[in-house]
Amino acid sequence: MTVEELTNINSLINRIDPRVKIIEVFFFSIVVAVSNSLPVLLSALIISLGIILTAGIPAREIFRRLVPVNIMIIFLWFFLPFTTEGKPLFNIGTLAVTHEGLIYALRISIKSNAMMLMLISLIASTPIFTLGHAMLELKMPRKLVHLFFFTYRYIHVMDKEYIRLINAIKMRGFRPGTNLHTYRTFAYIVGMLLIKSFDRMQRVRNAMLCRGFKGNFYTIRNFSFKKIDVISIALMIAILIVLGIMEWTKITYSSI
Amino acid sequence: MDKNNLLINLTDISFSYPGEPEILDKLNLQFSRNEKIGLMGPNGSGKTTLFHIIMGLLKPMSGNIEIFGKSIREEKDFIDVRMRIGLLFQDADDQLFSPTVLEDVAFGPLNLGKSKDEAIDIARKTLEFLDLAGFEDRITYKLSGGEKRLVSLATVLAMEPEILLLDEPTTGLDEKTKTKIKKTLRELDLSYILISHEFDLLSEITDSIYTMDKGKIIFDKEVHLHEHVHAHPHGSYSHEHK
Repeated sequence: MTVEELTNINSLINRIDPRVKIIEVFFFSIVVAVSNSLPVLLSALIISLGIILTAGIPAREIFRRLVPVNIMIIFLWFFLPFTTEGKPLFNIGTLAVTHEGLIYALRISIKSNAMMLMLISLIASTPIFTLGHAMLELKMPRKLVHLFFFTYRYIHVMDKEYIRLINAIKMRGFRPGTNLHTYRTFAYIVGMLLIKSFDRMQRVRNAMLCRGFKGNFYTIRNFSFKKIDVISIALMIAILIVLGIMEWTKITYSSI
Repeated sequence: MDKNNLLINLTDISFSYPGEPEILDKLNLQFSRNEKIGLMGPNGSGKTTLFHIIMGLLKPMSGNIEIFGKSIREEKDFIDVRMRIGLLFQDADDQLFSPTVLEDVAFGPLNLGKSKDEAIDIARKTLEFLDLAGFEDRITYKLSGGEKRLVSLATVLAMEPEILLLDEPTTGLDEKTKTKIKKTLRELDLSYILISHEFDLLSEITDSIYTMDKGKIIFDKEVHLHEHVHAHPHGSYSHEHK
C-alpha cells in the first residue's frame, strides 16, 4: 500500500487555492447527494468527469481509486433491484426485478461515482499537508486536522513496519493456511503493530516536546486568493444553480 | 569548576522503569560550558534514559536536577530547558513529522515564538549550513537514512540551543555522512554530550570520554589506553600513550 500523491502534475486545478477546492467539493457533494432526478445526476457525473480530465490524472490511477467505492456498489446491485417495491420488469427465477429498484441502484451508482471523481480531483491535485492547512484555515476542528496530519505522516512508517514483520515471518518459512497457527501469527502481527505504533507515538510526542511544542501548529504556507479562484468559484456556482434548477423545477423530466 | 559555567548539575539521580531494577542509581553529572564529552556504555545501560531525564521526558524517582543554575522540578521548568537544550533522537523517523523538510526545520523556531518569515529564514540558513540547500520541499519520509539524520540535526540546530545532547548521531550512517556530522560538530561552538559506541568518533570530537556502568557515570581510565592523538584540555587525569 502506498499513498501516492499526484501533485506534481501541473494542471489548472492544481493552481486553485485549496480552501476554494474544499468548499467547492463540499457543496457539489451536497447538491449531488440530495438530487434525485437522473438527468441531474448524469450531468453531475459528466461535469465531474470533465473536471477530472483537466486535472491530468492518469486514467489508470482514476480507475484504481474508484475500485473500492464500486465494489460496495456491486453489492447494492445484487439486492436493491429485488428488494425495492414497485412494478416488476422481469423475473430472475422466482425473484422479480422492479423498475424502481433498478433506478434506485443506478442513482446510487451515479451519485457515488460523481462525488468520488470530484474528491479524487481535489485530493490528487493538492498535497495532503496543504489540504490540512487549508482545513485549519477554514476553521475545522484543530484536533481533527492534527489527527489527519499524523495519520498521513505515519501511515508510511506503519506500512514499512508491517512489511518488515511480514518479511520476517516469510523468511522463516511461514505460509498462511486455515489453521490456528496462522490465526495466532496474524494476531501477533496486529498486536505488534499496535504496540509499536503506541511506542512510536510516545517517541514522536517526546521529540515534539523537545522542540517546544505547545499544542499549536503554525503554518508557513500562505494561501492567496487569485483570479483563477474567482473564476472557479463562479463556474461552480453556475453549475450548482443549473443542477438545482433542473432538480427542483422539474423542467426536464417527465417519465422517469 | 566555575559555578557560572556549570550548565547541568545532576545529583543522586535514581530511575527505574516499572517492574525493572534501577537503571540509574544515584547518578551524578556535572557538565560545564564548552565541554564536549562522550558517553559510552553497553546497550540498556541508561544512556538514553539519562538524556530523557535531562529533558524532562522522564521523571527521576529521586535526586536533584539543576540546569542553567536553576533547580528544575516541574513540567513548566522543563519548557525553558527544552528551548535551550537540543536533543537529537536515535531514530530520525521520530523526529521528523512534518511532510516537508522546510516545515519540519521551521517547527522549532515557530514554537520559540518567531514569526513565519523569521522561522523560514532560520530554517533555510540552517539547511544551508548543513549543505542541505535544495532540500526544502523534499518529503521527509522519502529521504534516505543519512539525509533524515542530517535533517533531524538541522531541526535541532534551528532552535539555536546552548547544549546539544546527541544520541548515537552516526550509528548506521555511511562514512560520508559521518564525516559531515563530525565536521559540523567541530565547527559549532557548542557544548555537547555525545552518546556513541564508536570510540574513534568520540576520541576525535570529544574532550573526554565517560562510561555508564551500574547506573553511574564513571571516568574510564582504561579507555584512554588506546592509541589516540588529541589534546587534553584538562590534563589532570592519568593517561598513557603507546
